Amino acid sequence: MLSPRLSAPLVSALLAVLGLAACSSGVRAAEPVKAEKDRKPAPDFTLKDADGKTVHLSDYKGKVVLLDFFATWCGPCKIEIPWFKEFERQNKDRGFSVLGVSMDDDGWEVVKPFLKDLGVNYRVVIGNDFTAQAYGGVDALPSTFLIDREGRIAAVHVGLASRKDFEDGIQKLLETAAPGGGIVPDNGGD
Amino acid sequence: MCLTTGAINAQGSGYLAVTDPPTVAVKRGASVDVKIPATVMTGYHINSNTPSEEYLIPLKITWTATGALAGGAVTYPKPSLEKYEFTEKPLSVYTGNFEMVAHFQVAPRATAGPGEAVGKLRYQACSSRACYPPKTIEVRVPYQVQ
Repeated sequence: MLSPRLSAPLVSALLAVLGLAACSSGVRAAEPVKAEKDRKPAPDFTLKDADGKTVHLSDYKGKVVLLDFFATWCGPCKIEIPWFKEFERQNKDRGFSVLGVSMDDDGWEVVKPFLKDLGVNYRVVIGNDFTAQAYGGVDALPSTFLIDREGRIAAVHVGLASRKDFEDGIQKLLETAAPGGGIVPDNGGD
Repeated sequence: MCLTTGAINAQGSGYLAVTDPPTVAVKRGASVDVKIPATVMTGYHINSNTPSEEYLIPLKITWTATGALAGGAVTYPKPSLEKYEFTEKPLSVYTGNFEMVAHFQVAPRATAGPGEAVGKLRYQACSSRACYPPKTIEVRVPYQVQ
């Protein structure tokens, strides 16, 4: 009785399930991060932070980065953000940064009060479709990418993940000495 | 008058499908209640029209054109309270099948013939571990003034 237009949600659900399965199998096995040979370069982007300053992912060359796509209306995101604050505080002097990417359509008007409420202590930028597409669409939030010092994606967590998975991944990546950097060139993200 | 709907055409967009009601036969000056059935995909929920938390985006129908019909206030069903891993307290949500009812008044001097009320339904869905951007789908209520 339902029209063919319903096929879209069904496909979305299937893709979401397959995507989660793929992420899980790639990250959660024995190691908290992918083997180096399996890591792909993290797409660079150019976005603005709350002060209007331009932020490129490539600015973080040589650092371990936790890149968190979130939104103010996302409950699971609000669970993870306090963890990320703590990771930032504990590891910022070890070559680690959290970078939040808000996917709110309403921009800073809603994001600034949200960040203030939660006492966010790390940098946040407003995302766009171009950046989301570069990271696979980022339809499900939170979507979090752990990026190694060479600018490669070492772990992907789609949806609410465990705090320990993040901690283990960060520690593993921080144990690696800083090399030359490998973030792919910016293709224009404004 | 309250009309039971048949599934003629389902408008889906992501995690929620809304079935357009069949053409409603209305009389000038009369009131009419139209049921609008909806289905949330298995494994997902959408926030009710009165979410438990301020930051959550509510379900809402906004009529953009109603023709010979006036009003359009929507009665939403009683939501269920569900606890998820990412919340401390239960959330006010809809899951599975549910029905909204739109209340219209037909203009006393409406011209006889067909018309259509058109609205936008905005919702935001989550699973137990992730949330998805708010979406808007079109709702159509065809009517025939007798």
